[in-house]
Amino acid sequence: MKTMQRTQTRRRFLGFAGSAAVAGAVPIVVTVRPLQATPAMLSSAIRNVVGEAAVRTGKVKLEIPPLVENGNTVPMTVSVTSPMTDNDYVKSIHVFNEKNPQPNIGNFYIGLSAGRAQVSTRIRLADSQKVVAIARLSDDTFWSASVDVVVTLAACTEELI
Amino acid sequence: MPSALVNVPKTARRGDIIEIKTLMSHIMETGYRHTSAGEAVPRDIITSFTCRYNGTEIFRADFFPAIAANPYVSFFTVARDSGKFEFEWIGDNGFSATATAAITVG
Repeated sequence: MKTMQRTQTRRRFLGFAGSAAVAGAVPIVVTVRPLQATPAMLSSAIRNVVGEAAVRTGKVKLEIPPLVENGNTVPMTVSVTSPMTDNDYVKSIHVFNEKNPQPNIGNFYIGLSAGRAQVSTRIRLADSQKVVAIARLSDDTFWSASVDVVVTLAACTEELI
Repeated sequence: MPSALVNVPKTARRGDIIEIKTLMSHIMETGYRHTSAGEAVPRDIITSFTCRYNGTEIFRADFFPAIAANPYVSFFTVARDSGKFEFEWIGDNGFSATATAAITVG
């Protein structure tokens, strides 16, 4: 009789512990971290554009506010110092990020007829992160600039209401 | 119904560097959002934008989900001849829209 009581208590305890574990597991399932690109994805996205060429810092100016309240629409201007002559001009500008779900932001193909190597657009940033702009010149050298941006309200992965 | 807004100077002197501003109404759904029921919202973005000046491509862009809704792009070109700018946006689910603007170069 005594043993049976003990078994019942043990069984009840195990049952309780089991349901508690299930209940405890639920919040873990719900709080899945949003999908995020990694620095490795950023460098492979850059490699896809530049190949094996070296990327040097300079010539490119990336204008983006250092502190952003709303990551859903962030104004950005990229300009490249270039004479834009027949033998020295900018072919394209590529913009990347570090922590959005995808490392690419946009590719802009300019060419000689632009007269001025400058592009403006509005982008989304999912988190405080680094934004990188890379320019390809007519001699196929690559130049870059990067800016660290602090974002207070993130974009891209928030739930719909 | 897509609606485009393009801003090109009506007149310019030959050789002037002019700025072209474009805005296209589009949701630019990233494909990374979920409804409150947990269903993924499928991606619906503009993937490509092209500008031609008298038939010659002068600017092209590839867009990714990180481009904000209602994509705005501004860029520059040298005013060479009077004529027409043609703009074209292409995207997911067969999205296609065009716009034109005229310029007189004196």
